[in-house]
Amino acid sequence: MDEQLPVQVTLTEIKTETPSVKTFFFDRTFAFEPGQFVMVWVPGVDEVPMALSSPNSVTVQKAGDATGAMFDLRVGMGLGIRGPYGKGFTRGEKMLAIGGGVGAAPLLPLARSDCVMTLLLGARTEKELLFVDQLDESTDVIIATDDGSLGQHGYVTDLFKEINPAVYDRIAVCGPEPMMRAVLAAVDTIGFAAKTEFSLHRYMKCGVGICGSCCIDHEGLRVCRDGPVFSGEQIKKSEFGHYTRDASGRKKKI
Amino acid sequence: MVVLRTEPVTIGGVTLNNHLLLAAGVLGTTGASLSRVLACGAGGVVTKSIGPQPKDGHAGPCIALLDDGILNAMGLPNPSREFTGELSGLGSKPVIVSIFGGDPEEFAEVAGWFKGMAAGLELNLSCPHAEGYGASIGVDPDLVEKCTRAVSTLGMPTWVKLTPNVTDITAIGKAAERGGASAIVAVNTVKAMRISTALRRPVLGNRYGGLSGEAIFPVAVRCVYELYEACSLPIIGCGGISSADNVIEMMMAGACAVEIGSAVQKHDITVFETIKNDLYAKKGIDPAEIIGCAHG
Repeated sequence: MDEQLPVQVTLTEIKTETPSVKTFFFDRTFAFEPGQFVMVWVPGVDEVPMALSSPNSVTVQKAGDATGAMFDLRVGMGLGIRGPYGKGFTRGEKMLAIGGGVGAAPLLPLARSDCVMTLLLGARTEKELLFVDQLDESTDVIIATDDGSLGQHGYVTDLFKEINPAVYDRIAVCGPEPMMRAVLAAVDTIGFAAKTEFSLHRYMKCGVGICGSCCIDHEGLRVCRDGPVFSGEQIKKSEFGHYTRDASGRKKKI
Repeated sequence: MVVLRTEPVTIGGVTLNNHLLLAAGVLGTTGASLSRVLACGAGGVVTKSIGPQPKDGHAGPCIALLDDGILNAMGLPNPSREFTGELSGLGSKPVIVSIFGGDPEEFAEVAGWFKGMAAGLELNLSCPHAEGYGASIGVDPDLVEKCTRAVSTLGMPTWVKLTPNVTDITAIGKAAERGGASAIVAVNTVKAMRISTALRRPVLGNRYGGLSGEAIFPVAVRCVYELYEACSLPIIGCGGISSADNVIEMMMAGACAVEIGSAVQKHDITVFETIKNDLYAKKGIDPAEIIGCAHG
């Protein structure tokens, strides 16, 4: 095995995307497939998995200790990066992408690779919609907000009901798990579960398929190595949408 | 190369499908994951170490991949008693629950939760990076004997996993034997450290960790060899095993089975099937012909 100590990167730009999301650009680029993740080490705090939003950036929502500490970082400060790891999205020629909240982050590089025809983008409210302008440059964006402040009033799953899915050869989904589970239910009823892929998030320690902290029931698939992108067929009978495990391995309802 | 005949093996009171076990701390957090590793050819599986209280483990980074090994400091994350729920789907499969505690009473308490639920217990007296647990106890022969006795008297097969981070591992092995262990597992990781020269700090959140993988195979072979001379208990070899030839070498040193961990990272879960294909044949020899044959 090749030595994979964390690579040191220096922050070159920190961009506020929404009130709760920032993008951290760094001085090195990583070759990656959209949907793959890196382990980001905030020195002295923790190391957490994050999707790359471009070859030299991660886009982060403030959630725990490590992401909270990242929000206090300034340009010129350093991070450690391991990866990229895991399996990214399978590319199609005419793809539909569905993103909710910060879940739009791994879909931006996918859209920029010119394979996404349409992207359904959802968020709680207009201010929390992520990457609207950037996505709009690469694909046809249709918007829904929970409060109706922009686009359709409702969920991205409501948008899905109004399009013709037969037009697309593959579907890529990333967002909050209840939203993704609702999309899985919708694609499964029309027989699209096998060609729809979901990007899962689970607590991870190693990121390389050995510690077992991110395994999902009932097949024991590792989110870090067998995923984080799985087809709907792989996970429709799994814990996905129902429960997850915390750092100690105790189950928590979603 | 020597090939072995295919047959189930009974070691330290536990019947295994073959000589290859999944080592503790690797893919052992959930029942589904343990089932998957058994389905992928492991002869038995050892769970993640379970302790008296739930623990989140150390802050990251928890792992560093090196050229010929893995440095880790997970910090004994575990769901504690809730883990019994993970075992319900495993029935009578060869599952050994790894347990830890801070004293003999805690070991007995945790062991009691798994009575009738697992094929055996493995006492983690060897984790090198958890203060007050593991190797903090495992370097003291008196404490090792007491913790082993606290569990072995409950009547389940009791394996004791030893730390190599001692001057004389045979003194610890003999202590486990006096305490009533049914087998010895040698060895846990070697205490180690790396520093990121770019970030000017240790690469692990816990600073210190344990080294596993190919880099420690010679250390593990030496420990098994010494224990075979000093103790009469069956020995399960562990530390850097990644090929059938490594298994044979461990057996020649004195091991009657092996545990495999880090090789899962490098070769993925298929490593069990790969080693089995090289290790076994219908016309293979009786393992008894080679176990300890390098002595004398």
